[in-house]
Amino acid sequence: MSKATFEEISNGARSEVEGLRNSVHVLVGAATCGRAAGALDVIDAFGKEMSRQGVTAPIIQVGCIGLCHAEPLVIISRPESMSIAYGNVTTEMVPRLVAGYLAGDDPCLELALGTLEGGTYEAAYIPELSRFEHELRLILRRCGYIDPECIDQYIASGGYAGLDKTLKMKPEAIIEQLRESGLRGRGGAGFPAHRKWEACRQAEGSPKYVICNADEGDPGAFMDRVVLESDPHQVIEGMVIAGYVIGAEQGYVYVRAEYPLAIERIRVALKQARELGLLGNDILDSGFSFDIDIATGAGAFVSGEATALVAAMEGRRSEPRTRPPRLAEAGLWNRPTLLNNVKTFAYVPAIVARGADWLASHGTEGSKGTAVFTLAGKVVNSGLAEVPMGTTLRQLVHDIGGGIRGDKQFKAVQIGGPSGGCLPESLLDIPIDYDSLREAGSMMGSGGMIVMDEDNCAVDAARFFLDFSTKESCGKCTMCRLGTLQMLHILEDITAGRAEMRDIDALLTLAEDVKAGSLCGLGRTAPNPVLTTLRYFRDEYEAHIQEKCCPAKVCTELIVYYILPDRCDRACEHCVLTCPTEAIKGGKGEVKVIEQEKCSKCGTCLEVCPPEYNAVVKLSPVSSLPSSQLSERRSKK
Amino acid sequence: MTAEQQADQAVGEILGRYERDKTNLIRLLQEVQTELGYLPRKAMQEIAAFLDMAEVDVWGVATFYNHFRFVPLGKCHTTVCMGTACHMAGGKLILDALERELEVRVGETSADGEFSLGRVACIGCCMLAPVVVIKDKIHPRMTPFRVEEALIPYKQAGKEEGRE
Repeated sequence: MSKATFEEISNGARSEVEGLRNSVHVLVGAATCGRAAGALDVIDAFGKEMSRQGVTAPIIQVGCIGLCHAEPLVIISRPESMSIAYGNVTTEMVPRLVAGYLAGDDPCLELALGTLEGGTYEAAYIPELSRFEHELRLILRRCGYIDPECIDQYIASGGYAGLDKTLKMKPEAIIEQLRESGLRGRGGAGFPAHRKWEACRQAEGSPKYVICNADEGDPGAFMDRVVLESDPHQVIEGMVIAGYVIGAEQGYVYVRAEYPLAIERIRVALKQARELGLLGNDILDSGFSFDIDIATGAGAFVSGEATALVAAMEGRRSEPRTRPPRLAEAGLWNRPTLLNNVKTFAYVPAIVARGADWLASHGTEGSKGTAVFTLAGKVVNSGLAEVPMGTTLRQLVHDIGGGIRGDKQFKAVQIGGPSGGCLPESLLDIPIDYDSLREAGSMMGSGGMIVMDEDNCAVDAARFFLDFSTKESCGKCTMCRLGTLQMLHILEDITAGRAEMRDIDALLTLAEDVKAGSLCGLGRTAPNPVLTTLRYFRDEYEAHIQEKCCPAKVCTELIVYYILPDRCDRACEHCVLTCPTEAIKGGKGEVKVIEQEKCSKCGTCLEVCPPEYNAVVKLSPVSSLPSSQLSERRSKK
Repeated sequence: MTAEQQADQAVGEILGRYERDKTNLIRLLQEVQTELGYLPRKAMQEIAAFLDMAEVDVWGVATFYNHFRFVPLGKCHTTVCMGTACHMAGGKLILDALERELEVRVGETSADGEFSLGRVACIGCCMLAPVVVIKDKIHPRMTPFRVEEALIPYKQAGKEEGRE
């Protein structure tokens, strides 16, 4: 029996999906983030409530639409009417939604985020949300709208057409298309994709390998996870195309073990692709064979570095090595290997299917297409955003992120995790592209963006990232292993009020030495958080050192908790009863006082003090504690 | 069969599925840990013998990676996320509270085997920061005080089991 042609597969998928599109159905965002917010309980509630009300409609688990702040997110799709998205859905809201928009004709607008436009399966957006004016969804266009465990939905929305086209083209033509598209590696460094592919294609030696780097280690970035959980076939298709171009028969997805749902979804996707003949032996009768396996990481940030990743896959300690030779010449098991990030592969299918302009018509001169960012921290709308290169940071933080939560002041945005930098308000208008960010002392890196407000301490942030880099340094290079540690010790001294001004100079010198004396990106970029905070927030460093004051009141050794006597409601005992170290004294009817010797500075009293009193405050420096409290301490002794 | 014999048998079965190839080392360690919950010294020695490697080299690889554990986890394992977003939202205070409430330090298991505490660089749920995972359930937006509340059912479950 001859195999099905792509046209037959595609027609089959379309008719399957057509049936679904023409019926009422419910989509629930059930990526890791949705699940953490309670999506599975919501799905359960929908099932029960629908059978109770006698309504039948498929409930489909989809990936993440990127509106993390609105999870759990539910879309009720009605072909004859509007599809409506509902945010922050609780199980209590489910009976109302079922009765309203599934059984009846009431769209429950008071609960709705907005309507969906653009068709459910291609670049849908919610026009009611102004953030979508700034977004351009290329690789996220299906995320949250298709069932990641259903290959038919992927194919019906144009999936695997790029592979079909590829198999009828010459590999050189694909590389040319990549060159025209301007695609640069999305792992952070931005190396032109076509050059890597070309080098690997030209390299002598066989077999060759394709590796997808899904070892997303930056604490605070999760876009690769979202892409794999929401639209895994896009990445798989990109890898198969790569295999065809460079002449490989085997690919690997190297994914971190902390992402069990992503691993499961890739597994399902691989199986489905094999069943349809889109992966495995003799793909689509072309004579080209290619298969993909999953390799799970064992938890090491440095494994994100290409040569270290290969070492880990070979069962060794994940230590980077010198280059050359590059992986394209001697990679996995010393064979030519093409290694790209998840997102890089995700762009490939549509570049092939729709032409280079699909990417090249967006973005800036040097950085084409879009960038995917995760927004977290003190912004109103945390989540995932895909924007054209050249969008400003201000648009991202304020227009898409919705600005700062509460009535706090923006302080900085930290981009690129432990390798990136903290950029202040004055730099918010720089355009986002590889080169502008590097100039500002940061980098695109992972694309993780953490927004800081006035309650975050710049020195503490630098200390946090350096602590991370120190722990994750593989230990091969002395400057990275010990230089970062020495920098960390200095930062700890600063945050504890033990440092002197000359320590800042030592930090700067060490930072340059660590950069110069490290082999791989981990060490070469580890000083960035320190350098950028020193460049833009030097006054905070000086306050810590000279005044023993943490202006943001974060560094525990420089702060004290204090109960304002005139705000304390004498009858209330919340703080006394919850203090874990029993450090608060004062019986009923008395003003409560913190015994500083016993206080562990855990912040529980601040948390539990009822908002109508708001009597607990943090003070810094420690010497600003009112003298009455100090004298009380003395008299007690 | 004693627990030790069971563990030996499980390790033997895993080894039986693999070729004697050093590049399988990490996969073997992962499989053994999935099966036994941690890497007992004896299992690592067997892996070393199986792959014809020096024991110290197996130890060197196992200790390099964050995932491998060398003591059994508690019945209720708690993980605190120390990612950037969680840190900025007060993750350190949450970690302190967990250490205080569980009476174990990060990386340790309590003497009665009930609780263990671990830290992870990021679980990727940054909008819910700070996050704690107790027995695979994600607890979003924790505060020092809510840590205490969240642990109550698990502590009670431990006590009831102890009584039986």
